[in-house]
Amino acid sequence: MAEMKTAAYVCQGCGLGERLATQQLAQVAQKEGKMALVREHPFLCSEAGVQTIRDDIEKEGVTHIAIAACSRRAKTEAFHFPAVAVSRANLREGVIWSQPDTEAARETTQEMADDYVRMACAEVKRMKAPAGNPDVARNTRLLVVGGGISGMTAALEASKAGYPVTIVERAAALGGWAAKLWKRTPAHEPFQAPAETGVAAMIEAVRADPNIEVRLSSTVARTSGAPGRFSVEIAAESGGAATEEFGAIVQASGFSLYDASKLPELGFGKSPNVVDQAGLERLAREAAAGNAPIRRPSDGGEVKTVVFVQCAGQRDASGTHLPYCSGHCCATSIKQAMYFKDANPAVDTAVLYTDLRVPGNGEDFYRSGQSKGVVFTKGSVRAVEPAGNACTVRFRDLILDEDAAIENADLVVLATGQVPNSGVDIEKVAQNEPGEWQSDASSVLNLAYRQGKDLPLLRHGFSDSHFICFPYETRRTGIYTAGPVRRPMDIAQAVEDATGAALKAIQAAENAALGRAAHPRSGDLSFPTVRLDGCTQCKRCTVECPFGAIDEDEKRYPVFNESRCRRCGTCMGACPVRVISFENYSVDTVGAQLKAVDVPDEFSEKPRILVLACENDAYPALDMAGMARRTYSAFVRIIPVRCLGSVNTIWVSDALNSGYDGVMLMGCKHGDDYQCHFVKGSELANYRMSKIDDTLKQMALETERVATYEVAITDIERVPRLIDEYAAKIAEIGMSPLKGFA
Amino acid sequence: MATVVATNQTILVVGGGVSGMTAALEAAECGKQVVLVENTATLGGRTANLYRYFPKLCHPTCGLEINLRRLKGNRNVRVLTLAEVTAVAGTRGDFTVTVRRSPRYVNENCTACGACAEAVSAEVPNPWNYGLDKLKAAYLPHAMAYPQRYVLDPSIIGTPDAEKAKAACKYGAIDLDMKEETLELKVGAIVWATGWRPYDAARIQPYGYGRFPNVITSVEFERLADPHGPTGGKILRPSDGKEARSIAFIQCAGSRDENHLRHCSRICCMASLKQTQYVREAFGEEAQSTVYYIDIRAIDRFEDFYARVQRDPTVKFVKSKVARIAEDQTTRDPILHGVDTEGYHRYANRHDLVVLAIGMEPSVKGVDIPAEVVADSSGFIEAAADGAAVFGAGCATNALDVNRSVQNATAAALRAIQVVNRAARAES
Repeated sequence: MAEMKTAAYVCQGCGLGERLATQQLAQVAQKEGKMALVREHPFLCSEAGVQTIRDDIEKEGVTHIAIAACSRRAKTEAFHFPAVAVSRANLREGVIWSQPDTEAARETTQEMADDYVRMACAEVKRMKAPAGNPDVARNTRLLVVGGGISGMTAALEASKAGYPVTIVERAAALGGWAAKLWKRTPAHEPFQAPAETGVAAMIEAVRADPNIEVRLSSTVARTSGAPGRFSVEIAAESGGAATEEFGAIVQASGFSLYDASKLPELGFGKSPNVVDQAGLERLAREAAAGNAPIRRPSDGGEVKTVVFVQCAGQRDASGTHLPYCSGHCCATSIKQAMYFKDANPAVDTAVLYTDLRVPGNGEDFYRSGQSKGVVFTKGSVRAVEPAGNACTVRFRDLILDEDAAIENADLVVLATGQVPNSGVDIEKVAQNEPGEWQSDASSVLNLAYRQGKDLPLLRHGFSDSHFICFPYETRRTGIYTAGPVRRPMDIAQAVEDATGAALKAIQAAENAALGRAAHPRSGDLSFPTVRLDGCTQCKRCTVECPFGAIDEDEKRYPVFNESRCRRCGTCMGACPVRVISFENYSVDTVGAQLKAVDVPDEFSEKPRILVLACENDAYPALDMAGMARRTYSAFVRIIPVRCLGSVNTIWVSDALNSGYDGVMLMGCKHGDDYQCHFVKGSELANYRMSKIDDTLKQMALETERVATYEVAITDIERVPRLIDEYAAKIAEIGMSPLKGFA
Repeated sequence: MATVVATNQTILVVGGGVSGMTAALEAAECGKQVVLVENTATLGGRTANLYRYFPKLCHPTCGLEINLRRLKGNRNVRVLTLAEVTAVAGTRGDFTVTVRRSPRYVNENCTACGACAEAVSAEVPNPWNYGLDKLKAAYLPHAMAYPQRYVLDPSIIGTPDAEKAKAACKYGAIDLDMKEETLELKVGAIVWATGWRPYDAARIQPYGYGRFPNVITSVEFERLADPHGPTGGKILRPSDGKEARSIAFIQCAGSRDENHLRHCSRICCMASLKQTQYVREAFGEEAQSTVYYIDIRAIDRFEDFYARVQRDPTVKFVKSKVARIAEDQTTRDPILHGVDTEGYHRYANRHDLVVLAIGMEPSVKGVDIPAEVVADSSGFIEAAADGAAVFGAGCATNALDVNRSVQNATAAALRAIQVVNRAARAES
C-alpha cells in the first residue's frame, strides 16, 4: 500500500454545529489526532460533502479517513469508501442526542465529543483497508452426505442452478426413509388422501442428471480443508477410498426411528401385532404388492380394529425417552388410518392423542380423516397388553377424566419419534489432537478439525444452528445441515430445508472463491493474521474459536483456515500474548482508542468509564437510546467491538492503568438461549472477566471497577440506566488511585 | 417513466419482511443482482413489530439489525420502498415488471434529524403500533426503520403543516412536489414474499372485538409489551389504562374454523405461550394467564418451551373453545363463557384483558396478483409448476413461523437463481 495519508472530517449538521464547538474538534483532530488534512462541513453526508471526501481520496491521495458525524450505523450509503480505511466518531447519537441540551452539560458534552474525535483519529491510523484473504480457492462442486429426500433434493436443486454435486450414501440405494413409505401425507390441495411419495421419480432424476455423481455404500472417512477447498476421503464399503475436492458440504444424514423396544409397556416386542410407524408402512407396502388388505401379522387374520398411539416415547417429561415432539407423527397416523379406511370403511381406526398437531393445511387432512370415520380420542395411553392375536389398549380418557380401554385391537401402531443421525458428540469425546487423528465409523463427517469430528450439537442431539433468524448457520463454515438431522421434520419441510441448504452451500463456495466472510459478517474481507514468532502455542485460540476454524500444526502452532473464519475476533480476545489481529480490527486499533481519551486528574470529579459494547446488539441499543433522546452519563467513552468474545483483557488492564475509573462490558445473552451471533463469544468473555478479579487485586483496585452486562437490542431504556447506575457506583467507590501514573 | 437498471439476470423480490429480506440477501450474497420492493416506508415487515420471538424470547430487531447490516454492506440489492408491483408481463427469464412508487415527500438528503417531526402538529394513527397510538404526520416509522429516512403522511400535503416541515428542514430533504411515479424493470425471476395479515377479529362476532375495548389481538398485545410500543412496554388495558394482570389467551381465534380460516395458523399456540411470559415478566407471581385451547401445537423442539410454561404456576390451561365473551358494563371486564371439555364444566370466567390469538391470513388473499401465481383455496401461493419463474416465499405460501419462513425464503432464492443462471448460460 502507498504511504498513509490521513484526513478527518467534522460535520456541523443535525445540530452538531450548534451544540458543539466544531472548530475545536477540528483542532483536536489536527493537533492531537495528527490528521494531515482536516475539514469541517455544514452537511457532510450531502452530495457535496461526500464529493469533498471522494476528491480528497482521488486527488490528494488520502488513504485513512476519520468521519466525525453520526453513528456508524447511519448514512452508510453516503459514507461508503471501500478503498480506504474509515473510522467514525459518533457525535450525533453518541453525544448530542444522549446528552442534555443544557448550559450545565455543555462542557462535559464537548469533552465527550473531543474524546470521540481523538479516538477515531487514533483508530484509523492503526487500520488498514483489508487487502483480501489469502485462503482463496474456487471449487464449486458440492458434497451432499446422505441420499434420502433431503440429500437428493439438495443435489437436484444445486444442479439446476449449474453446480455439480456428489452424493455419498451409506446404504446400497438412494431413497432413505421415504423409500420405505407406501404413501406420504399430501403436500397439495385438496389434502384429503395419502399421496404418492415420488421417491422413485426423484431417484430417476438424480440418476439421469449428468451433473450429479452418486456413491452408494460409501461413507465419509475424512474431511479436511475449508470452504472452497474441502478435501474429502470417500470410503466404499467394498474397500478402497478416493479423495476428492469440494467447495462446500450439505449434511443430510437424516434420522433413525426411536427404538420402540424401549417401550415394552406399550407391547412392542411382545406381539408382532404391535408395530411402529415404519412397521406399518412395511405392512402396507407388502399388502399393496399382493394387492390385498393389510393383515394381522400374528396370524394373517383380518384387521378390524387399529389403534394409533401418539407420542410413543416422545414428549416424555420423565427423562427416559425423547422429550421433544417429532412434528410429523400426527399427520402420519392420520395417513396410516386412511390406509385402512380408504380400503375398507368398516375397519375401526382410533387415534389416541394428547394434542393433535397438524398445522397449516394439515387441518384439512385432519378434517378428511374425521369425515372418513377415523376416531380421535384425547387420551394418554398407559399400557398395551397383547393376548393371543388381540391387544388391549389401556388409556386415561382425558375428556371424561377416567380410565378406559380398547379391547380386541388387531393392530397397534406406535408413533415413535425421530432421532437425528448427527454423528459423534464432540463435547463428549476427546478433541482431535494433531498427529493422533483416526477415522471414526460413528462419525458422519470425520472432520480432521482440531475441535472434533462432527458439527457441535444443540439440545437433544440435533446439529446446532441459530434456529430462529438464521436457521442454516452452523458452527462449521461451509457445512450446512438439512432435513431431520437439524430438527424433526416431515417430507415437505425437508424439501424446503434442503433447497435452502443447497443455496447456502453454493453461497459458501462462491464467497470462499472471493475471500469473503460468511454470515453474519457477510462480505467482510478482513481476516485474522497471527505473528507466529510471538506465539506460545497455548492453544487458547484453537480451543475457543466458536467455529472450529483454527487447527494446529505438528509443532502445535495455530493454523488459521481463513475461509472457515467468521471474523468475530474471539481468537484475538483469547490470545494472551496478543499476536492475533485483523487489518482493520486489532488489539492496537482498540487499545489506541482507549489510550487516546483525555483522562482528567483525580481531583476533577470527572471519572472516565470505558464501555466495550457488542456492535450487534448493545451498540444499536445505545444508538436507539440516543435517537429517543434518553440521556446518560457524560463520563462514558464507548467503543463498539465485533463481539464481546473479541475483548482482550489487555484492553481492560490498559484502561485501568491509564486511569479509567471503571470498565463496562456489554454483550449478548449467553447460555442455552444464547443470543450471541457468534454463539460462544459473550460466554467466553464472561468467563474471562470472571477471572479478572485477581488482576484487579494485584493492581489494588476494587473488583467493581470491571462489570459485565448482558444487553439486548431492545434495552433502550435499560442501557442508559445501567450506565447511570454504574457511574453512581464509581462515584461511591471513588476515583481510581492509578490516575496520573500512566 | 423512470427506469431502474435491471436485466433478465436480475431477481425481483416483492415484500420487505423477514422472508423478502432473506430471499434478497441470500441471492445477493450469491452474487446476484436483486431489486427488493416494499409497499410500506420501511423494511422489516411484521416481525419488526414483535416484542420477542419464541422459543428463545430473544428480540426480532436483533436479527433485523444483522440483516440490515448485510444489506448496507451489499451493493447487489436495490431497495424500493413505498412501492408496489402493479403488472408483470413476459415469461420466465424475461419479465417486464411495472412498479408504482408513492411519494415519500422526503429525499435522500434526509439525515433523520427529526426537525420536521418537531415542526408539524398533525398526528396520524401509528400503523407500526396497529393504530394503538398516534405519531406525527412527519415521522420515522420506527427506530430500526430502513431506509433511515422520514416520511410525510400524504394527509398533510397541501396544508400549512407540510410547509412547516419543509421550512424546518435545513438540508433540502423535503420535496412537496414529489409525485407518484411508475417504473419499469426487466427481471429474470420473481420471488413473491408479501406475507400475511392478522385475520379481521371483528368478524368473530361472539368475541366482541371492536365492541369491547378489553378484547385485543395477539399482534396488538406484542405492541403493549414492547418498550417502543404505545405504553412504553407496560401491559395496560385499553379501557382504563389499568395494569392487566389476569389475561385470557384464546387460541384458534379465526383459525381451524370453516366459518373463518380453515387452516391452523401454526404460530399462535407458541405466540400465546410466549406472551404468558410477558405477563410474568411484568407482574411476577401476581401474573395470571389462562390459555383456552383445543390442542397445544408446540411442534418439535418447541415442546421444551411448552413444558417450561406448564411448570409456571402463573399459567393455567383450559381445554375449551370459548363460546362467547360478555362484558361487565361497570368494570368493562370481559367475561368468558364456555365449557371446559376436560370434565365438562361450564364456566363464566372474568379477566382483565382478553388476547385473541389471531389467525394468519395470506396477504395475497383477495388481491389480484399480477403474475403467474396460483393460490390455493385458502389463498396461499402454491408451489410453482415446473418451468415457472415466480416463486412464493414465507407466509404468502403457508402459515409459517420465522424459522420456517427463512428456510422457505432461502429455498425460493435458489429457485430464482436457477432461472437467472439459466438465462445467463443461454446468453454466454
